[in-house]
Amino acid sequence: MQNRSGSASIAGDERSSRVAFTVNGDRRELTLDNRTTLLDTLREHLGLIGAKKGCDHGQCGSCTVLLEGRRVKSCLIFAVTLDDCSITTVEGLAGPDRLSPLQEAFVAQDAFQCGYCTPGQLCSARGVLDELAEGWPSAVTEDLTGVVRPTDAEIRERMAGNLCRCGAYPHIVAAIRETAGER
Amino acid sequence: MSAGAVGRAHPRLEGPEKVTGTARYAVEYPLEDVTYGWAVPAAAVRGRITRIDPDPALAVPGVLAVLHHGNAPRLSPDVEPELYLLQDPAVHYRGQLVALVVAESIEAAREGARQVRIDYDTEPHSTVLTADHPGLYRPEKVNPSYPTDTSEGDFDAAFDAAEVRVDATYRTPAYHNNPMEPHATTAQWRDGRLLVHDSNQGSTAVQAALAELFGIPRDSVRVISEHVGGGFGSKGYPKAAVVLASLAARQVDRPVRLALTRQQLFGPIGYRTPTIQRVRLGSDADGRIAAICHDAISQTSTITEFAEQTAVYTRSMYAAPHRRTTHRLVRLDVPTPFWMRAPGECPGAYALESAMDELASACGIDPIELRVRNEPTVDPDQGHPFSSRNLVACLIRGARRFGWGDRDPRPGARREGRWLVGTGVAGASYPARARASAATATALPDGGYLVRINATDIGTGARTALWQIAADALDVPPERVTIRIGDSDLPPAGVAGGSMGTASWSWALTRACQELRDRLGHHSGSLPPEGLTVAASTADEIRAQKPMARYAYGAHFVEVRVDAETGEVRVSRMLGVFAVGRVVNPTTARSQLIGGMTMGISMALHEEGLLDERYGDWVNHDFATYHIAGCADVEQIEAEWVAEEDSDLNPTGVKGLGEIGIVGSAAAIANAVRHATGVRVRDLPIRLEKLAGSSSFT
Ligand code: FES
Ligand code: FES
Repeated sequence: MQNRSGSASIAGDERSSRVAFTVNGDRRELTLDNRTTLLDTLREHLGLIGAKKGCDHGQCGSCTVLLEGRRVKSCLIFAVTLDDCSITTVEGLAGPDRLSPLQEAFVAQDAFQCGYCTPGQLCSARGVLDELAEGWPSAVTEDLTGVVRPTDAEIRERMAGNLCRCGAYPHIVAAIRETAGER
Repeated sequence: MSAGAVGRAHPRLEGPEKVTGTARYAVEYPLEDVTYGWAVPAAAVRGRITRIDPDPALAVPGVLAVLHHGNAPRLSPDVEPELYLLQDPAVHYRGQLVALVVAESIEAAREGARQVRIDYDTEPHSTVLTADHPGLYRPEKVNPSYPTDTSEGDFDAAFDAAEVRVDATYRTPAYHNNPMEPHATTAQWRDGRLLVHDSNQGSTAVQAALAELFGIPRDSVRVISEHVGGGFGSKGYPKAAVVLASLAARQVDRPVRLALTRQQLFGPIGYRTPTIQRVRLGSDADGRIAAICHDAISQTSTITEFAEQTAVYTRSMYAAPHRRTTHRLVRLDVPTPFWMRAPGECPGAYALESAMDELASACGIDPIELRVRNEPTVDPDQGHPFSSRNLVACLIRGARRFGWGDRDPRPGARREGRWLVGTGVAGASYPARARASAATATALPDGGYLVRINATDIGTGARTALWQIAADALDVPPERVTIRIGDSDLPPAGVAGGSMGTASWSWALTRACQELRDRLGHHSGSLPPEGLTVAASTADEIRAQKPMARYAYGAHFVEVRVDAETGEVRVSRMLGVFAVGRVVNPTTARSQLIGGMTMGISMALHEEGLLDERYGDWVNHDFATYHIAGCADVEQIEAEWVAEEDSDLNPTGVKGLGEIGIVGSAAAIANAVRHATGVRVRDLPIRLEKLAGSSSFT
């Protein structure tokens, strides 16, 4: 039952667009189906399989990456809308020859089991650390005028969008707290 | 064993890959010419497909094929009804995967799946489990092969004569496994051989099933499962994705990637059956139980029978001379339920451990003391001695660590601002078993060792634990040992399930390593370039095990606070103390135990499959509507263990950790909620309206 319309290529017509953005510091130029999400672009077109597909509906956080430094769910973003944007995935968190302190803390604290939610947790955690450093309050921040401290309650609240069915939450919180230099 | 790797904390071996995004899961292997599958679920509950029109789907640019019962490659009908996919037009439940679209891209496959037109002849359906369903029957056995009913003494007379009686019915809803990685497969055929990268809990079984389904020799099938994103039972047996992908790859003669969608994980891959459980306890005024009865009702499908062993937990847990357990089942027009973390023990313990709490209240004695008073000396079910039984040790240690001693037993007595605070306890047990496995150990000329076994690490830490065990068995530093798992080309081994993984696999590995050491002791001169390899199998040894009651035990302690206005429940503290034999790697052991306990919080407070009777399907089939515990739901959770040496288990003395953490956890939470509020919730989950709406709520 082969497709009678022949060639499957859909490039070069109104269903696709050219887009150029930066991923982990590398400039990428692609022609993509307009329906292709950032998540599928990373996984199926760029060979960056770190970001995971846990739900494809913005409900689990396993596809979390950083877009212009802020955490986003890459399954909810059409890649063709990202012209000239800068994206960081889990593959871009480590230094050239060693893990970042956050990644080291995840390993040391055993902040994962199956590891499937882990790239999303890490990118989300990276975003949380930056948000805390910039003093962004959250729903559980008590003093909205002072410095926001990386307490367990703050971290738990801010990481609530990243589900982990293995239940590594306390270790994830510990790893983030350790990286934030608290206690 | 001078190396002493066992018992030492070690970060998991694949940690660096998992935190850099380089660990490859089933649909993440680079491939030329790959295509994508998208499964199509049935929109009818019960009936037959009368017509499939693939043309609108085939008109979608990029769509290559639409597979369905009319054109899919043929499978052997004798393997497993669940896996007899795309072979006949019958529809047994809504959501059954009845077609598969293959396309050049994910987007085209998804659009194609939306365009497949299917007409059905439908029949009336029955999808709701009730205690008086006319279809109730007594199955021949319950999962996996326990007797359906048991009875000893005269329960009815003893219950009637008891001074204190508890007679309560508990209900649990359908629970969905929801591993974060969906069931996913990459399949490719080459020269009549089938290669699949698949997400499962045991690829030896997947290899066997595929070989039989496609009628090819086993060694023509290779299944690789290097990293698996969780399973919790749902990947313990081959499921739809691997069969559909293999069919499709044959049809289009190109590699196919297929990941089920999150929505498709609420049905075709199994779930925990809803249960209706009546528990009766009759005791004297001091809480000594004379009569115990557990009657469990659950559901199965019209495709095949799965009978959850819900009441089996009650057979061996507490002493009582008069005892009875029964299981009844109904065949409904629903997907087939299957294993979910501690099938049987998990829902069963919720009922029994809740009933124990009710009995403690009725007798006016402390719930820990009640359990101590009903501690059996031999297994009440079979009369066998226990290989070890440290439930009481767990309770006592946990009580001390938790600060149970100064508890005011009166319900609703502790208030802190807007919160009602309460504490609860529950016991836990889970069988400690092992399955036959094979392994090889190789001494290499460079002084290194290679051990091989088709174990699967679904996040348990098995790879790391086995590596530690092999090093000790070889009596070398672990750095000299390389371990290979997760590939059906390796020596065959059982699944990562039933808390049997480490016990089974380490047994075979240990034997292979011991035998290798022996051989090396007699070997003179240098080793050949390929090294010296010995193989071992544990089939005979496991068959020869003497009958004994082998169980892991545990005790859960929970503090909850309940919002006095809204009924919102928060678990402030949770402590689990376990007796699990030898702990190989404290790091990964702790993770597994708190993971089970966290799933217990989820079960007690959040998860519930809500069935719409009209459509015979769960309406909440995604993470937005089927809630699992999130980071903010877990405030303080700790797991620890008592020292336990048990020489009647296996060479390493391990009992398994995968399920014991969830067993009893939901009861401990329900018991704490009752202590906080005075409201006993007998139907999970404990949603706020069950508390705020109750007249006894303060
Ligand atoms: S895959 Fe994007 S949120 Fe789940
Ligand atoms: S580590 Fe398995 S889902 Fe988080």
